[in-house]
Amino acid sequence: MKPWEALRLAAEALRTNRLRSLLTMVGVVIGVAAVVVLVAIGGGAKAEVEHEVEGLGSNIVFIVPGKFQFGTTPSLSPLRLADLRLAAQVAGGDADVTAVVDSGEQITAGQNSYFATVQGVTQNFDVVFNRPVTEGSYLTSADVTTSARVVVLGANVAATLFPDEDPVGRTATIDGVSFRVVGVAAQQGSAFGVTQDDDVDIPITEAQVLFNVGTVQSIEVKAPDPGSIGPISDRIVSGLESEYPGVQFSAVTQSQILGTIGRILSLLTLVLAAIAGISLLVGGVGVSNIMLVGVRERTREIGLRKALGARQRDVVLQFLVEAVTLTAVGGVIGIALGLGTSAAVGALSPLPTQIAWWSPALAFGVSVVVGVVFGVMPARRAGRLDPVTALRTD
Amino acid sequence: MTETRQDPTTYAIEAVDVHRVYRMDGAEVRALRGVSLGIREGEYVAITGPSGSGKSTLMHLLGALDRPSSGRLLVGGRDTAKLDDAGLARVRGSEIGFVFQSFQLLARTTARDNVALPLVYRGVGRAERRARAQEALEAVGLAHRLTHRPTQLSGGEQQRVAIARALVGRPRLVLADEPTGNLDTANGREVLATLERLNRERGVAVVIVTHDAEVAARPPRLIRMRDGLIVADGADGPDIAGSAGSAVSR
Ligand SMILES: Nc1ncnc2c1ncn2[C@@H]1O[C@H](COP(=O)(O)OP(=O)(O)OP(=O)(O)O)[C@@H](O)[C@H]1O
Ligand SMILES: [Mg+2]
Repeated sequence: MKPWEALRLAAEALRTNRLRSLLTMVGVVIGVAAVVVLVAIGGGAKAEVEHEVEGLGSNIVFIVPGKFQFGTTPSLSPLRLADLRLAAQVAGGDADVTAVVDSGEQITAGQNSYFATVQGVTQNFDVVFNRPVTEGSYLTSADVTTSARVVVLGANVAATLFPDEDPVGRTATIDGVSFRVVGVAAQQGSAFGVTQDDDVDIPITEAQVLFNVGTVQSIEVKAPDPGSIGPISDRIVSGLESEYPGVQFSAVTQSQILGTIGRILSLLTLVLAAIAGISLLVGGVGVSNIMLVGVRERTREIGLRKALGARQRDVVLQFLVEAVTLTAVGGVIGIALGLGTSAAVGALSPLPTQIAWWSPALAFGVSVVVGVVFGVMPARRAGRLDPVTALRTD
Repeated sequence: MTETRQDPTTYAIEAVDVHRVYRMDGAEVRALRGVSLGIREGEYVAITGPSGSGKSTLMHLLGALDRPSSGRLLVGGRDTAKLDDAGLARVRGSEIGFVFQSFQLLARTTARDNVALPLVYRGVGRAERRARAQEALEAVGLAHRLTHRPTQLSGGEQQRVAIARALVGRPRLVLADEPTGNLDTANGREVLATLERLNRERGVAVVIVTHDAEVAARPPRLIRMRDGLIVADGADGPDIAGSAGSAVSR
């Protein structure tokens, strides 16, 4: 029997039992759709994070004590504010250097309050991290040297604390200490609930007093161009290591962070897709089951076909192609459903989605494989039927 | 079991001392206990005998639907024991046409496509299949029923569709196991007449199993079976039919 004859027979058989075929497909449809949607969400998350990290500003290097490893809490920092000058010195005049000390604090103004990340920064933090202000102005070097009690509010914080008035010039209280609002940062949007819009910036000198710490957590450097990232961070790291003998420092670049986040998200996507794949497996079992029913129902037909010259492999082919047609059609419907759902999720929910070209292709391939794997057993059972016995059943 | 054949190729099909034993739950049913017979090209033969005497079992063996427990089965002089599943299927598809008591037509398929079915397994293209099926249906007088489904046909017409299907592959031999068993007398006669005409006009050997004495009396050769043995074979003489217990032949 020619393969396309088997395809024609399969199409006919599926059309004959239209409702049953559709119901049998449901498992595969859902499985495939789930894989496509979850991969799209995973891909969207990855793209969003990468975009966000890039949005931090290009050419940024984080200098942290200890060996950099994602997920581990940074070791206790020996860095002091004075090291900032050292770093700026070795980095050269073209690089912007800043440092951060931060803490989650309640900030209040009148009746309103907000739980914000209060970060002590230097006056050029806005340049390094690309944080323009829309109202007022950013912190000045005078603010930093004099430990001025001034604050630049993130957009969300400003909107909550001062819903109806211009925040600039007004007072906000952090930890019982009053700060004068000098500026409001531009809205930047969020990725996964992490956003600079929830941050408020105060002079790092004042932050050290407020949080009662003598050190800074990290030093951030913005290199003038991608090529100078390596040399500049090398100079800073060796400068700091000779300042603090026995302490190791690491320079973490954006691409390292990107790579690590990318790996984590890829793994997460893979796990999600595998979980969705389980329903594909369940769908396959359903196909197997229905094919077995079909073989039993059509025992006489199989006997007849064999009596008329069908070989064992012709019968196997017929039922295998039927199973694969079932799952492949289910796969195509599932892909369409998955693409539609991904688009809807991307448009209607805060979750970003991104369709990778390979995910529908993979899903289709997997549904075909499911058809083969779960169709083989019923098909072989059909092929092995003895024609005389099969013809006698009713 | 003396062998008297001169040239094996003169037989469309030949059984030599075939036995068929069914084993079920430890018990043995000896359905055939040493049957030898040859059917010549173009011959017209009836097989009769009491229920359970092994007629259908023999037909299944002759039709390559089943294999003997022992003994040899030669189709066109070739031993089927040497054939694998695919080889047997080829014999069924191209050397032999089977007509069943219960017609065995595919219910949702038109008469023409039912008739064309054996050709699917011989790799014949759809257009040619349909043309040949149409020709076969014309030969059984059903040119006007091409696209009817079995449920839209009378029993006699259904059986003639089945005969057309048996013929479409141009076999050496048509085996009909009680082809009139499910039909009334008039339809039965028509089916029988169709088979006889095809035997006459096309030279296809026809073997009919029947319980009907009238039907059994028509062919020049009548084989009687009892308890898994051939007890009379009318090929050996014109009037031997009925003399149960005579020498077993071929
Ligand atoms: N698949 C089987 N398993 C066990 N025994 C069987 C099987 N097929 C046939 N038999 C037995 O073999 C014997 C011959 O059966 P067969 O069908 O050949 O008889 P028959 O001559 O065609 O009878 P009938 O005229 O009723 O059709 C019977 O005793 C029957 O019970
Ligand atoms: Mg019988």
